[in-house]
Amino acid sequence: MLKHSLRGAFVAAFVASLLSAPVMAQELTGTLKKIKDTGAISLGHRESSIPFSYYDDKQQVIGYSHELMLKVVDAIKAELKLAKLDVRLLPVTSANRITLVQNGSVDLECGSTTNNTERQKQVGFSNSIFVIGTRLMTKTDSGIKDFPDLAGKNVVTTAGTTSERLLRKMNEEKQMKMNIISAKDHGESFLTLETGRAVAFMMDDALLYGEMAKAKRASDWVVVGTPQSYEAYGCMLRKDDPAFKKVVDNALAKVMTSGEAEKIYAKWFLQPIPPKGLNLNFPLSTAVQNIYKSPNDKAFD
Amino acid sequence: MAYNWNWGVFLQPTATGDDSTYLGWMFYGLKMTIGLSLSAWVIALLLGAVVGVLRTVPNRWLAGIATAYVEVFRNIPLLVQLFLWYFVMPELLPEKLGNAFKQTNPIVQQFLSSMVCLALFTSARVAEQVRSGINSLPPGQKNAGLALGFTLPQTYRHVMLPMAVRLIVPPLTSEFLNIFKNSAVCSTIGLLELAAQGRQLVDYTAQPYESFIAVTVAYLLLNVVVMFGMRWVEAHVRVPGYIGGK
Amino acid sequence: MHEFDWSSIPNALPFLWDGMKISLEITLSAVVFGIVWGTLLALMRLSSITPLSWFAAGYVNLFRAVPLVMVLLWFFLIVPHLLESLFGLPRGTDMRLTSAIAGFALFEAAYYSEIIRAGIQSVPKGQMAAASALGMTYGQAMRLVVLPQAFRNMVPLLLTQGIILFQDTSLVYVSALADFFGAAYKVGDRDGRLVELLLFAGAVYFVLCFAASRVVRHYQNRMKTA
Repeated sequence: MLKHSLRGAFVAAFVASLLSAPVMAQELTGTLKKIKDTGAISLGHRESSIPFSYYDDKQQVIGYSHELMLKVVDAIKAELKLAKLDVRLLPVTSANRITLVQNGSVDLECGSTTNNTERQKQVGFSNSIFVIGTRLMTKTDSGIKDFPDLAGKNVVTTAGTTSERLLRKMNEEKQMKMNIISAKDHGESFLTLETGRAVAFMMDDALLYGEMAKAKRASDWVVVGTPQSYEAYGCMLRKDDPAFKKVVDNALAKVMTSGEAEKIYAKWFLQPIPPKGLNLNFPLSTAVQNIYKSPNDKAFD
Repeated sequence: MAYNWNWGVFLQPTATGDDSTYLGWMFYGLKMTIGLSLSAWVIALLLGAVVGVLRTVPNRWLAGIATAYVEVFRNIPLLVQLFLWYFVMPELLPEKLGNAFKQTNPIVQQFLSSMVCLALFTSARVAEQVRSGINSLPPGQKNAGLALGFTLPQTYRHVMLPMAVRLIVPPLTSEFLNIFKNSAVCSTIGLLELAAQGRQLVDYTAQPYESFIAVTVAYLLLNVVVMFGMRWVEAHVRVPGYIGGK
Repeated sequence: MHEFDWSSIPNALPFLWDGMKISLEITLSAVVFGIVWGTLLALMRLSSITPLSWFAAGYVNLFRAVPLVMVLLWFFLIVPHLLESLFGLPRGTDMRLTSAIAGFALFEAAYYSEIIRAGIQSVPKGQMAAASALGMTYGQAMRLVVLPQAFRNMVPLLLTQGIILFQDTSLVYVSALADFFGAAYKVGDRDGRLVELLLFAGAVYFVLCFAASRVVRHYQNRMKTA
C-alpha cells in the first residue's frame, strides 16, 4: 500500500528539487535524499528488548542491534559525505513500529523485528542481524515443560509480535483454552509473568534470556519448550527504497564479514551487561554464524 | 493522495483463525465498551449519590470524608488511577487474595479493574453534581420537610433528593457521555474494547486509515445514540416552572 | 504484602523532572492554542453567517464525541503520513511533540469554545447594544466590550479546564513521549519497581492538581466578594 504514496512522494520531491535546488552531481532519492537535505536521521529503537535495544540506568539506548544500527549510521554519514548528522531517537513498540516506519516517523529501526514475508508487504528489511527461536519462559518450579502444558492457563506475550500470532493460532487450532494476555512491551510482559498473572511468557528466546537479566533472582526462571518457529531479525526501513537499502546492507555486511559483529555479539551475549551486570551466556548459534559468513536478507518463512 | 483503500478488509477472516472477521473484532470491542461503560455508570450513580448527599449533611466528619473522597478521585489522572487499580492494587492486597485475583481469567481482571476505576472516577464527578443540585434547592424545602416532622434522612429521601435528581439530569448526561469516551483509556491495560481493537486492526490488516475511521465513526454513533436516549429522559423528568421546564 | 523499595526514585528525579517539563510544555501550549482557537470557534458559532456557525458546531460536536485517546492515536500514527502526502513535507521530521500538542490543542479547543460561548452569552445583551450605539463596529464591540467581561467571568472555568488538561497529558503515554507519567512508568518498568513509581506519580499529580484547584477556588471566592 505504501508503494503508490512513496512513488507520489518521490515525484513530488523530484519536482520540488527541479524547481528549487540546483541539480546535484549524484541524484539522490528517498530516504538518502531526505537525510542529506535535513542533515538528520530518525532511528527507531526499543525500550525493553534486552539485549538488543533497551535503556540503561541513565536512560541511554544501548544493545546489540543498537550498536549495529550506529555502525550503519556511520556508513550513511560517510556515503553522503556529511560533516554532521543529527541522530534522532524514537522509541517504538512491537505494535506501532511498522506504522511508524510507514508514516515516515522512523527511517531505520534495528531492534528485535522479525523479517517475514507478510511484513515485507508493508516495509523493507535489511540483511538479517540475528536468528531466534520462539520459546517460553516460566518459573523454575511451575511444572511447565512445553507448549501443551499451557492448556487452560494464563499465558502472556507482547502485542504485535510474531509470537502473539503463533500463540493465538495454536490456541484456536488445538483448542487449548489458554487465556492470552497481550502486553504492551516485553518489560510489561515480564512484569505480568513475574507478578503471577501468567504462568508463562512466549517470546523470542534471546529476549527471554534478556528479561531474565532484569529479574530480581534470575535463578527463579527457566526458558523451556520446543521452538515454535525460527525467525531472522532485520533492520526495518521503508519499502521500495533500493538506494537506502543498499547502503544499510553494505554497512551491515561489512561489520559481519570483518569479524566485528562477532565482537559485538560477545559483548552483549557472553559478557555481563546492564542493568544488573548479568551474563546471558547465550552462545553464538550456527544460524547466526551463517548470516555473519554470508550476509543476506532472506526471511525464514 | 495515493492509498489503496480496501474497505473489504473488514469482511476478511482474521489471521488468527478464530472464526471471526475483522468486523467481528470491532463488534466485540463495541460490546466491551458498552458493557464496561454501563456497569461502571450504574456503580458511579449509586456511589456518587451517596457521597454527594454526605457532602451536604451537617455532620462534619461525614462531610469531611466525602470531600476527601471527591478530591482524591478528581485530582489524579484517570490513566494513573487505572494503572493503580490494575498493577498496584493486587500487590497491596493480602497475598492470598492478590494471587487469587491475578490467576483468574485476564479478561475478568482487566474488566474488573477498568470497571472499578471508571466507576469511582465518575462517581466523584456525579457526587459534585448531586451536591450542587441539593445546594441549589431553596432552603425552605428542607425546613418544610423538618417542620412536617420528617427526620433529616426522611427529608432527604422524600423531599430534597427527588427534586435534586430531576434538576441534575442535564449535567449527568454529559458525565454519562464522558464515561463512554473515558473507557477508551482502558485499552492501555490490554482490555480489548473499541479503541484497542482499532489498534489491533491496524496491526493485523495493515490498513490504518480504514481501521481508525471505522472506530472513530463507531464512537460518534455511540455518542449520538446515548445523546438521543438522554434527551428523551430529560424531556420526561423536567420540573415545570424551572428553566428548561415546560 | 508487598515489600516497598523506594530507592530507585531519588536517582530518577532528574529524568522525572524532564518528563514533568514535557507535561507542562504540552499543557501550556495546548491551553494557549486551545483558548485562541476556542474563542474563534465560539465567535463562529455565535455569528450570523450560517456556514461558519455550522462548521463550528460540527467541529465542536465531533471532537467532543471522540475519546482523547483516539485523537492522540490519530495524531501519532496517521496524521504525520497524511501531512506528508498532502504537503510533501520531508519525511521523518520528529513531529511527536508537535503532533501531541496539536492533537491536544485541537481537542481542548472544542471544550474551551463551549466555556467561552457560555461566557459570551452571559454578558448582558445591553452591552452589545450600548457599544453599537457608541458607533463601534461588531468586531470592536466584541473585542473591547464583550470579550473582556466574558473572560473575566470565565477565568476560573478556564483554569479548571487547564487542570483537567494537565491530568489528560498523561495520555501521551500512547504516543511514546516521555512526559512525567511516561517517565515514571519507564523507570518503574526498568527497575522492576512499577508499584512504587505508580504510587509516587499518583501522589505528585494529586498534590499539584489539588493545590492548583485550591488556588482557583480562592480566586473564585475573591471574585465573588469583589
